[in-house]
Amino acid sequence: MKLLTCPINGTRPLSEFIFGGEYRQAPDQNTCSDAEWAAYVHNRQGAPGDKKEWWYHSPSGTWFIAERNTQTDKVARTYLLADAKKVVKESK
Amino acid sequence: MPFRLLKYALKKEHPAPRFFKAHEMPKKSYDVVIIGGGGHGLAAAYYLAKDHGISNVAVLEKGYIGGGNTGRNTAIVRSNYLTPEGVNFYDASVKIYEGLSEELDLNLFYSTRGHFTLAHTESAMRTMRWRAEVNKHVGVESRVVGPDEIAKACPQLDLSCSGQAPILGALFHAPGSIARHDGVAWGYARGADSYGAEIYQNTEVLSIDVKNGKVCGVQTNKGYIETKQVLSAVAGFTPRITEMVGLETPIVIHPLQACVTEPMKPWLDTILVSGSLHVYVSQSSRGELVMGSSLDPYEVHSTRSTLDFVEGLTSHMLDMFPFLSNVKVVRQWAGMADMTPDFAPIMGKTPIEGFYLDAGWGTWGFKATPISGKTMAQTIANDSAPDLIHTFRLSRFEDYELTGEKGAASVGH
Ligand SMILES: Cc1cc2nc3c(=O)[nH]c(=O)nc-3n(C[C@H](O)[C@H](O)[C@H](O)COP(=O)(O)OP(=O)(O)OC[C@H]3O[C@@H](n4cnc5c(N)ncnc54)[C@H](O)[C@@H]3O)c2cc1C
Repeated sequence: MKLLTCPINGTRPLSEFIFGGEYRQAPDQNTCSDAEWAAYVHNRQGAPGDKKEWWYHSPSGTWFIAERNTQTDKVARTYLLADAKKVVKESK
Repeated sequence: MPFRLLKYALKKEHPAPRFFKAHEMPKKSYDVVIIGGGGHGLAAAYYLAKDHGISNVAVLEKGYIGGGNTGRNTAIVRSNYLTPEGVNFYDASVKIYEGLSEELDLNLFYSTRGHFTLAHTESAMRTMRWRAEVNKHVGVESRVVGPDEIAKACPQLDLSCSGQAPILGALFHAPGSIARHDGVAWGYARGADSYGAEIYQNTEVLSIDVKNGKVCGVQTNKGYIETKQVLSAVAGFTPRITEMVGLETPIVIHPLQACVTEPMKPWLDTILVSGSLHVYVSQSSRGELVMGSSLDPYEVHSTRSTLDFVEGLTSHMLDMFPFLSNVKVVRQWAGMADMTPDFAPIMGKTPIEGFYLDAGWGTWGFKATPISGKTMAQTIANDSAPDLIHTFRLSRFEDYELTGEKGAASVGH
């Protein structure tokens, strides 16, 4: 059974989680062009590699970030978005 | 035919004929380079030569031909889609398939079985009615049938699905078929080769040379090749290729898994799909039940398979066919499906001159192999995409003109 670690509830079976897609920064909707907005809505970084993704622990309703390699399917770490800044500092 | 057989009877030696020539090294330049020796790339090479007289073409395949999704799919061919554009497109493919064994002089085991998409809920029935009406309108043979007709076609099916999800009716699609998938790749390869196209296996495209917005060549592990026209037909590898030329697309890769049982005496004539139970099944000419389910739930670029998948799938199979409980699953595998948000392909020209895309085939591209080869050949020969594939252009996303194919493609591939 594949496992994933929820930052709140600890390590749980993957079947309790829902994939929420890549973590992305939205362009400023007041200043960006139509083409930039359409690209944001539709396009994705589809090539394999290390990615920051949204995941959802469904029994507890927790959204969090996982850093995962999409080719090896290895998860480097998971954390709440609110803690993201701390993680960046630690890794420096 | 009888004469050829007679000749073999009299001869002492029977060497297996090669399907295509093994060339040493690619030439310095080609008119067209096709990346990917799956069914789509090979069919494009075949029709470029046959329909347009363009045979100075190299097909570059990093592994062996048909080793990608072409040799991994569950081989279902149908045209009972939801949008008129989709139905027309896939119907054109079915029509080519019907005569393809003859045309390629290779038995593709093309077998028309009839295809039932089972509905277990009122809302599913509504989609079936909708699809039936669109199909009939375009001239494709589909109709809504009740449980009686399903029971007649497949008496082994438990219509109550173990009481879990009683079947209310189905969309019946008479032309639904299965074929031998690797045969399709081999047949097109032999055809393309006979017209002079060159096929290179173990040849990987490492980068694409673009100058001033125009393609001028490709770098491979066997050296540099000059060309002004490149077709990318690499299915699950598409994002890696589009990244080489700096092109953004909505394509993401999810594994799609399948499995087969041990062979049995023939008992299942039709192809059955259940969206609610996430399962579809047919019986191959070898007697195995070929089964698949919906897409894996998250992005992975690999062909690993999982126990979760077989467990989920077989439990639903047993809801439909309780008598299979002693039958063994003997093989399982996965392919990498290049998914688009609207469950339709991305075909045609791109903002880069000379770079053509045949991608976004996700879980549904095997049935489209002949028509995509034909229309991509047309697109390359005329540097302009035919009307039949206009809906599938890459720029539809920028124009917010997505197709609405999800209701017909998400479980039944
Ligand atoms: C389990 C499963 C079940 C399916 N069931 C059905 C079905 O029932 N009906 C249906 O219509 N469709 C089905 N599909 C979808 C269908 O298989 C694919 O859409 C179709 O086969 C795509 O064909 P292709 O020729 O475009 O790609 P592929 O056959 O994947 O060929 C692409 C080739 O490109 C090569 N390549 C990649 N990168 C490079 C490079 N850099 N240089 C050189 N070569 C490269 C790869 O090695 C590969 O051989 C299914 C798919 C899967 C995985």
